[in-house]
Amino acid sequence: MNSQTTSAARSSAAPLQPELTKRKLLVLAWLDRLAPVLAALAVIGVWELICRVFALPNYLLPSPSAIVTSAFALDPGIWLTHTWATLRVSLGGYALAIIIAIPLAVLLANSRLMSRTLYPMLVVIQSTPIVGVAPIIVVLMGAGEMPRIFITFLITFFPIVVSTVTGLMSTPEELKELSRSLGASKAREIRNIQLPFAVPYIFSALRISITLAIIGAVVAEFVAAEKGLGFFIAFSTSFLRIPQAFAALIVLVTLSLLLFQVIALVQRWLFPWSLPKESR
Amino acid sequence: MLTPDATIRFQDVEQVFMSSDGTAVQALANVNFSIARHEFVAVIGPSGCGKSTLLRIIAGLVRPTRGSVQIYGLPVTEPREEIGIVFQRPTLLPWLNILDNVTFPMRHKYGRVTAQETERARELLALTRLEEFAAKRPDELSGGMQQRVGIARALLHDPDILLMDEPFSALDALTRDEMSFELLRIWTEKPKTVLFITHSIPEALLLADRILVMSARPGAVREIIDVGLPRPRTLDTLSEKRFNELANHIRSQVFSRPVAA
Repeated sequence: MNSQTTSAARSSAAPLQPELTKRKLLVLAWLDRLAPVLAALAVIGVWELICRVFALPNYLLPSPSAIVTSAFALDPGIWLTHTWATLRVSLGGYALAIIIAIPLAVLLANSRLMSRTLYPMLVVIQSTPIVGVAPIIVVLMGAGEMPRIFITFLITFFPIVVSTVTGLMSTPEELKELSRSLGASKAREIRNIQLPFAVPYIFSALRISITLAIIGAVVAEFVAAEKGLGFFIAFSTSFLRIPQAFAALIVLVTLSLLLFQVIALVQRWLFPWSLPKESR
Repeated sequence: MLTPDATIRFQDVEQVFMSSDGTAVQALANVNFSIARHEFVAVIGPSGCGKSTLLRIIAGLVRPTRGSVQIYGLPVTEPREEIGIVFQRPTLLPWLNILDNVTFPMRHKYGRVTAQETERARELLALTRLEEFAAKRPDELSGGMQQRVGIARALLHDPDILLMDEPFSALDALTRDEMSFELLRIWTEKPKTVLFITHSIPEALLLADRILVMSARPGAVREIIDVGLPRPRTLDTLSEKRFNELANHIRSQVFSRPVAA
């Protein structure tokens, strides 16, 4: 009786054949889990097929197999050098953004004067197309890694500021009153109440910003660099080595996804309470 | 009415706020009353009658525009040790477990929690019937349980005065009644001077020794009612004749137009 009701509850179809229904459900569950992978494989398959059937030249659209071949044709040391260069610029700019954005957000959230004067300036900086400013920054700051890190910083720090300010402002008014009624200092209020309340907001910004950091590094490398994956793509396309450029793109996407996951893991390790209950 | 040995005393208190469009809003006008030691006083009135302002003035969070507020004969100029506050929402810290939430005021103020304070927090969790939840996180508790944690947190430093700002208004009706009796039990075990703000007439009658009925715009004390219902109060109190008479009287006071000044 009990098993009948459960299987009936799980599937409205064919209650007379519970065994078959169970197998069907199992297959459906697997399909559901594999769906993203299967979809991706299908896209790659169609891509390969189109390239072969229409015999597209590599400089127009390289086939997936051509991309993989070109990736392995290159010395792994070269890949490593370029990837490492991009990673350094990305993480450098990202770290600088965090170091500057979070104290700035604390200032903005706690001082009306600061938020009235600094916020409009920040919006202007954010509204300036970074690709347009990048060459100017390179001219101003000269060659080397610093201008690239600065460009990455510019593109990453704004989301962190905005999100952290929102988080700090989300602190319940009652807790601020509790803090004041205890005679605790503003610094303690910020450290013990406001900042922890902002943690979920900070991390959602950090996840967005880490992918922006990769974009920033690539933009900077397009403008002025002698190494890095951005430079390598520009270099490869100028010699019409399109499969190689595609391979570099795949490395970039992988890097971006990996870093995104690392941020998510850091949040889960250090601040599990800041995640929604079901994803802890 | 103004007894010299009052715990809390309001004398000609007036509170004017500047609203965002630059006009002055009078939140409280000519408020006079006093509360005796270990008395339970409920404040009831329509929205915007300045009930919360009243509480924040006692807490030292807001300075009155005119008049004086005294606690044990001393004017209130800043937040004081002998006060504990329970807010409308429990506002627990989601990153701390229940025990650490109760000891949070000490950790926050002094940066550390002594063994005695932890011991005391455990006693308070027992008093609020939450001892087996000490290691849980706030989001694992129901709304009523969270509010009991809020009460335990307010009692940690053993304040003489407990200020409660509509503490049960966010709870469902059943939990609310249960919480009222819980509060009475706690108050009987650990007598305190309580100022309890509420929107609920039955709640005020069930809990309080006296009820301040306030009128709005400007907020002023319209009447002070001696409840006079026998203690301990139980579910039977709700069906007493005097309970219903007082409830009807307060209702008519709250809903009638303010007396022209």
